[in-house]
Amino acid sequence: MSPVGELVRPSTVTEVQEIVRERRFVLPRGGGTKPALSTPASETTVLDLSRLSGVLEYDPAEFTFTAWAGTPVREVEDLLTRHGQFLPFDPPFRDAGATLGGTVASGLSGPRRYRYGGVRDFVLGVRFVDGTGAVVRGGGKVVKNAAGFDLPKLMVGSLGQLGVLVELTFKVFPAPRAHATLRVTYARVEEALRGLLRLNTSGFDLEAVDLEPPGILWVRLGGREESLEARTRRLVAFLGGPVEVLRGEEERALWEGVREFSWVPAGHALVKVPVTPRRLAGLEERLARAGALRRYSVGGNCAWVAWPLDLALLHRTLVELGLAGLCVLGPPGRPVLGEWGGEAFARRVRQALDPQGKFGVR
Amino acid sequence: MRRAQDLLEGLRSIYPRERILTAPAELAPYESDALTGFRVRPRAVVLPETQDEVIATVRWCFREGVPFVARGSGTSLSGGSLPVEGGIVIALNRLNRILRLDPEERIAVVEPGVPNLEVSRAAAPYGLYYAPDPSSQAVCTIGGNVAFNSGGAHCLKYGMTANHVLGIKAVLADGEVVRFGGESLEGVGPDLVGIFVGSEGLFGIALEITLRLLPRPEAYRTVLAAYRSLEQAGEAVARVVASGVLPGAMEIMDRLSLEAAEAAVGAGYPRDAAAVLIVEVEGEEPEVEAELTHLLEVIRSSGPTEVRIAKDEGERQRIWKGRKGAFSAVGRLSPDYLVQDGVVPRTRLGQALREIERLSAAYGLRVANVFHAGDGNLHPLILYDGRKPGELERAEALAGEILRMCVRLGGSITGEHGVGVEKRKFLPEMFAEADLAVMRRLRRVMDPRGLANPGKMFPPEPVAATVGA
Ligand SMILES: Cc1cc2nc3c(=O)[nH]c(=O)nc-3n(C[C@H](O)[C@H](O)[C@H](O)COP(=O)(O)OP(=O)(O)OC[C@H]3O[C@@H](n4cnc5c(N)ncnc54)[C@H](O)[C@@H]3O)c2cc1C
Ligand SMILES: Cc1cc2nc3c(=O)[nH]c(=O)nc-3n(C[C@H](O)[C@H](O)[C@H](O)COP(=O)(O)OP(=O)(O)OC[C@H]3O[C@@H](n4cnc5c(N)ncnc54)[C@H](O)[C@@H]3O)c2cc1C
Repeated sequence: MSPVGELVRPSTVTEVQEIVRERRFVLPRGGGTKPALSTPASETTVLDLSRLSGVLEYDPAEFTFTAWAGTPVREVEDLLTRHGQFLPFDPPFRDAGATLGGTVASGLSGPRRYRYGGVRDFVLGVRFVDGTGAVVRGGGKVVKNAAGFDLPKLMVGSLGQLGVLVELTFKVFPAPRAHATLRVTYARVEEALRGLLRLNTSGFDLEAVDLEPPGILWVRLGGREESLEARTRRLVAFLGGPVEVLRGEEERALWEGVREFSWVPAGHALVKVPVTPRRLAGLEERLARAGALRRYSVGGNCAWVAWPLDLALLHRTLVELGLAGLCVLGPPGRPVLGEWGGEAFARRVRQALDPQGKFGVR
Repeated sequence: MRRAQDLLEGLRSIYPRERILTAPAELAPYESDALTGFRVRPRAVVLPETQDEVIATVRWCFREGVPFVARGSGTSLSGGSLPVEGGIVIALNRLNRILRLDPEERIAVVEPGVPNLEVSRAAAPYGLYYAPDPSSQAVCTIGGNVAFNSGGAHCLKYGMTANHVLGIKAVLADGEVVRFGGESLEGVGPDLVGIFVGSEGLFGIALEITLRLLPRPEAYRTVLAAYRSLEQAGEAVARVVASGVLPGAMEIMDRLSLEAAEAAVGAGYPRDAAAVLIVEVEGEEPEVEAELTHLLEVIRSSGPTEVRIAKDEGERQRIWKGRKGAFSAVGRLSPDYLVQDGVVPRTRLGQALREIERLSAAYGLRVANVFHAGDGNLHPLILYDGRKPGELERAEALAGEILRMCVRLGGSITGEHGVGVEKRKFLPEMFAEADLAVMRRLRRVMDPRGLANPGKMFPPEPVAATVGA
C-alpha cells in the first residue's frame, strides 16, 4: 500500500525501478504543468522526475538528441537554438516548466504541428520503467528505424499509465530563419472556417493555421529571409480581404502566448479536443453557446477549450458529438472526457505493459 | 495436425471454391515474397473480397489453431509474407477499394489491398498526394506498408508510413475487431496507431486504414552531383544536413548501381562517377529557389566532379526513374542478390561505406550501394550466384557483418524493410532481453495463440511455442 500523497524524487533509474516494484500505485510527474494529469488520488505515490534531468547526447549534424525525461523543454530548446535547430512540434507550456517526459506522456503539440507533425512524429527512442519494474528500451537513436514494435510512439499520450519514461531521443529540424504571420479577419465564424478549408487545400507551405473565433485566422509562414517577402505577398493576394502582417518581435510574442495558453483565464479548465475541420462547426456552435473561450489550431484538427463550468457538462457535449477531450489544466480525476474509441485495443496494451495495474489510479 | 481435406471444409463455408487455392501450381506464386531464398508451401491460400470474409477467416483460424499470414503484394524483402508451414495465406489484393477521399480534410480511407501509388493517383485531381513512396509503390499495398512501416525517398522530411496513418480498423488474431485513431491529426490517449504500424502482421490484419494526404509541393528542384569516391558523397550529405537545408530527398548511388540503372533505363547519369548524390528540395516556388541557391553553394564546396540541375520535369523524372529502378536493374548484373536495410547515424555514413567496401573485397562478393542517404539508411545489394555452392551462405554472412556494423555504429538493423524472418536473429543485438520481453507480451495480448504470422520478427523463444491444432 502506498502512503497517501507520498512524493518521491528518485535520482537514478534504479531508484525508479525500486519505487515501481515496491509501491502499490505510482503516478509519474514531470513539471506538473498539467495538474489535471499529474495530481494523484490517495494511496498513490507521486514519482517526481525532476532529478532525472539533463541532455545526454546531442550532435547537431545528426538532427537528434537524447535527454533524461525530467529535462525541462526550455533547457533543450535553448541548446537547440544555439545550433539553429528546434523541436518542430512546439511543445506547449515550455515557460511554465514542462518536461520532455510530461510532453510525451500527455501527447501535446503546439500550432506548428500543422506543418511538421506532432510529438509522435519526433520521438525516435525511449527508455522507460514498465509496470513490472523492468527497464525497457524501444526505438533507437537514428532518424529511421523499423526494428521491433514502435514503443516510443506508444508512449505518446500514455499519460503515465504505461510506464515511467526515463530517457527520450528526439528528431529535430533546422529552424526557419524568419517568420511572418498573417492576421485575416472575417465577419463570421462560418467565413473564417471556409477560409481555413481553402488554405488546407491551397498548397501553400504554411507552418501554422489557427482560427480564433469568431472570425480571426492566424496564418504563419516560416523560411529563408530572402523568399519570405515574396511568399507573404502571394499569400495576401490569395486570401484577399483585410489582412494584417505581423513580423519580428511582435510575431514571435504572439505565438509564445499561444504556446503558453496565456489566453486561458485563471480558474478555467483547459481541454484539448481532437477534431476535424468538417466537424468544427458543430463543436463551435456548442462551445459558443456555453460561453467557453476557444481556439482552433492545426488547421482545424485541434480545439483548445477554456471551460469555465462543470466539466461534466463538457463531457456530455463531447459524448453527443462523438468527440474525445483531454483535460490538461483543471481538477484532478479523470482527465479523459467524451468518447474515446480505442479502449478495447488500449486495454490489451495496458495489460502487457502494466500487468499489475501500478499506473492505473490517479 | 488435421489433414488438408478437413481444413478445406471449414474454409468452404466462407469462400466459394474458386477463391480457395490448394493446387500446387496455384500455391507456387505464394511460396515466397521478394526474399526469394526462403520458400514455404502453405496449406491453402484464400482470396477474400470483403472485410467480413477476412474477419470470418481469422476467427476460424483462431478456433482451429491454424496459423495465418496476411499478404499484400508479396514485395517484402525480409520474408515478412513468407507462409507458415501448415498455415494459410490470406491474400488481400482484392480488398482494394478506396472507400472515401475527402480533399478538404485531406484524408483517404482505404482497404488494405490498395496499391500505394493508387492513393496518390486518386488524390492528384485535388492537388494532394500520399507522401510515403517506397520504390515498390506501384505494386506494394497500403496494408503491407502499414505492417512494415515502409519508407521511401522522402522520409527525412516527411517520416515513414507511421507518420501518415491516422486511424485503423483491424481484426486482432483472436478475432476481435478493434478501431483506434481517427480522422484527426490529433488524438487522446496512447498512440495506438503508432504501435500497430510496423507490427509486421503479428497483431492481426488491418482491414481499413485512414491516411493523411498532403498538398503536392508547388515546385521541385533536383540536383545531381557526381563524386570521385563513395565516401566523399557520404560526407557531402553530412554537410548538406549541417548547413540547415531540409531536402525532401537525398539519395546516393554507387558506381555499380549507376551502371546498372544506366543500362536499364538510360537515365543519363554521369558515366565516370564513383558515386552520385541526388538532392531534391521542394515546397513553394520562391522558397525552393532560395534553398537551391544555398544548396548549390554547399554542394560545390564538397568537391564534386560535376553538378547538374534538372532543367524540367522530364529531366527530373529521368533521374528518379533511374533511382527507383535501381534494385531491379542491379538484378540484371547478377543471378541473385540480397538487399540489406541497415541504418547508421548520418555522420558515420562515410565510415560505414568504407567498411562495406572492405567487407566486399574480403568476401569476394560485389556489393552495389543505392540508398536513402539523408536518413543514413543503407541499401547494400550483395550480388551472388545461388547456383554456386556456398555463395548464398557467404552473401548471408556478409550481410550479417554489415548489420552488426550498423548496430555498432549506433544505428539499426532495419530502416524500412522490417525484421521479417531474415533479420530476426539480429533483433537481440539491438534489444536486451527485457525489451524483447515487453514486445513479446504485447504480441501475446493481441495474439494469445501465436497464430498471426508466427516465426517473424522474434528469434525463436527459449521454450517452443505451440502452434497448430
Ligand atoms: C505536491 C506537489 C503539487 C504540485 N502541484 C502543482 C500544480 O498544481 N500546478 C503546477 O503547475 N505545478 C505543481 N507542482 C509543480 C510541478 O511538479 C511542476 O511544475 C512540473 O514540472 C509539471 O510537468 P510536466 O509539465 O512535465 O508534465 P506533468 O504535468 O508533470 O505530467 C503530465 C502527464 O505526463 C505524465 N508524466 C510526466 N512525466 C512523465 C514521465 N517521465 N514518465 C511517464 N509519465 C510522465 C504524468 O503522469 C501526467 O499524466 C506541484 C509539485 C508538488 C511537489
Ligand atoms: C523492388 C522493390 C523495392 C522496394 N523498395 C522499398 C522502399 O523503397 N521502401 C520500403 O520501405 N520498402 C521497399 N520494398 C519492400 C516492400 O515493398 C515493402 O515492405 C511493402 O510495404 C510490402 O508491401 P506488400 O503489399 O508487398 O506486402 P507483403 O510483402 O505482402 O507483406 C509484408 C508484410 O505485411 C503483412 N501484411 C500485409 N498486409 C497486411 C494487412 N492488411 N494487415 C496486417 N499485415 C499485413 C504481411 O503479413 C507481411 O508481414 C521494396 C521491395 C521491392 C521488391
